[in-house]
Amino acid sequence: MAQTPNSEARAGLKLISPTALYVILLLAVPLATVLVYSVMTGARGSVSLPITAENYAELWSRPVYGYIMFKSLMVALVVTFATVLLAYPVAYFVSFHVKPERKSLWLFLITIPFWTSYIIRVSLWFVILGFGGVLDSALAAIGLEPLNVASYSILSIIIVLAHAYAPFAVLPIFVSLEKVDRSLLEAGQDLGESRWVTFLRVTLPLSMPGVIAAALIVFIPTVGDYVTPELVGDGKEPMIANLIETQLLKLNNFAQGSAFAVASMLMVGIVSVVFVLLNRRFIGGQK
Amino acid sequence: MKKAPLLRSYTLFYLLFLYGPIILLPIFAFNDSRVVAFPLNGFTLQWFNEMLADQNLRNAAKNSLIIALSVASISTVLGIFAARASVRYRFPGKGPILGMVMLPLVLPEMIVAMALLVVLLSIGIPLSLFTVILGQVLICTPFAVAILTSAFQSLDRSLEEAALDLGETPLSTFRLIVLPLVMPGILASFLICFTISFDEFIIANFLGSGQPILSVYIFGQFRFPAKVPSMLALGTLLVLLSIILLGIAEYFRRRGIAKAGGKDSGGFL
Repeated sequence: MAQTPNSEARAGLKLISPTALYVILLLAVPLATVLVYSVMTGARGSVSLPITAENYAELWSRPVYGYIMFKSLMVALVVTFATVLLAYPVAYFVSFHVKPERKSLWLFLITIPFWTSYIIRVSLWFVILGFGGVLDSALAAIGLEPLNVASYSILSIIIVLAHAYAPFAVLPIFVSLEKVDRSLLEAGQDLGESRWVTFLRVTLPLSMPGVIAAALIVFIPTVGDYVTPELVGDGKEPMIANLIETQLLKLNNFAQGSAFAVASMLMVGIVSVVFVLLNRRFIGGQK
Repeated sequence: MKKAPLLRSYTLFYLLFLYGPIILLPIFAFNDSRVVAFPLNGFTLQWFNEMLADQNLRNAAKNSLIIALSVASISTVLGIFAARASVRYRFPGKGPILGMVMLPLVLPEMIVAMALLVVLLSIGIPLSLFTVILGQVLICTPFAVAILTSAFQSLDRSLEEAALDLGETPLSTFRLIVLPLVMPGILASFLICFTISFDEFIIANFLGSGQPILSVYIFGQFRFPAKVPSMLALGTLLVLLSIILLGIAEYFRRRGIAKAGGKDSGGFL
């Protein structure tokens, strides 16, 4: 049945309107509100006119805020790098060395831990790494010195985050590796390149879009993670999300909290754009 | 397939790293010691009994169940609208609208939670289980849309056209032809949204205003060393529940693809 473009457009809009209305009211409007609040004058529990850049100036003037933002960024970058590096060989193995009919089973196995309670996984790391915890007691049982990882808060935060977001990294890399034309690899080897050089010059560049996607998928939630610094870092190494929480809930300062949120979104946005540009450059003129 | 022993053992080691904390759950949930450390002491069911007797925990579990059932239902319904519209129709503003729906996937959850919190507090809506549901639906809907889009995509258009030609109305065609064929996708979406909501913490914590909700309750209990063993018992049950629900979801998803004659591209994500 032929539909005129106009009636098709109307039917589509009508169909999507409940969902669209929901996200506009409960996501777009709140995000816009945060943007507006961030440039308003804050008082305890309320915001008012005039419009001011005071909140951003405050953020700039106190070294501790800059330090926390910088630290969150660095932790997220280290976590992203470690997670992608650890995940690549796994994705490569599943794509190149697992029989096609077994691939979805392997992927399912890799994703299961992601689907089991985040809060419990993070809490468990707290029990594992903590003083006299599972790791140190196991080392003691075989006569080794305790490592006391938990006393290095940032290190334990990095370990836990790299664990929590690992499955996110494997999947996009796997998808891009699946798209690599296998005949290109044979061609590379027929032309006398070693397997390693073929990998470096053909497979790795072709899988870069997946690597970048993985990096973004790990980086973005890591910057905004709240639970891990609170639980594993014992609240001693606050990250951006903890800072926003303090401003909002403990100090009731909506304007300042909003400025933090906007600044962190900007930061995430800028880093993401850099990732994407790197990717463009990497794959060159190829479409 | 070429053999690659080194890569294979690395992958197995990686899986061990991924599953490590989860494997420890049942080990220490049945261990007869309040201190979670090696060496193991002996077998006990004490922690499970302690957990089951905890009235606050039951309350929290009940609230989480209410939230998860509501969130899964609402997200799946919203997902059906969005996925069907995106697969079947072209309309102005489609890109931006779908982008907005999928945005929570790439936005730190904390930002979603705080933006909603600021607005709710500003217009004076009291925080409750209801506000948690409102927030979690935003997080779950993108997953529902992703699953349902693939379900609607594998649908054969000619079946619908045949029904319309045979005199069915668009509505009855949807009910008699489309709905049964995408039913596996709908069930998979429901189960996955249920699992995500049940485990979700940040929104439950910020928009729940201290209501007992399971994830928030667990977060609090882990601070008291004496409570940890019974939390491990609870965790063991929850992991079991998640795996069962996901197994069922995966079964329906595959059946849906097979039914529509599609090819399995593997995995939910």
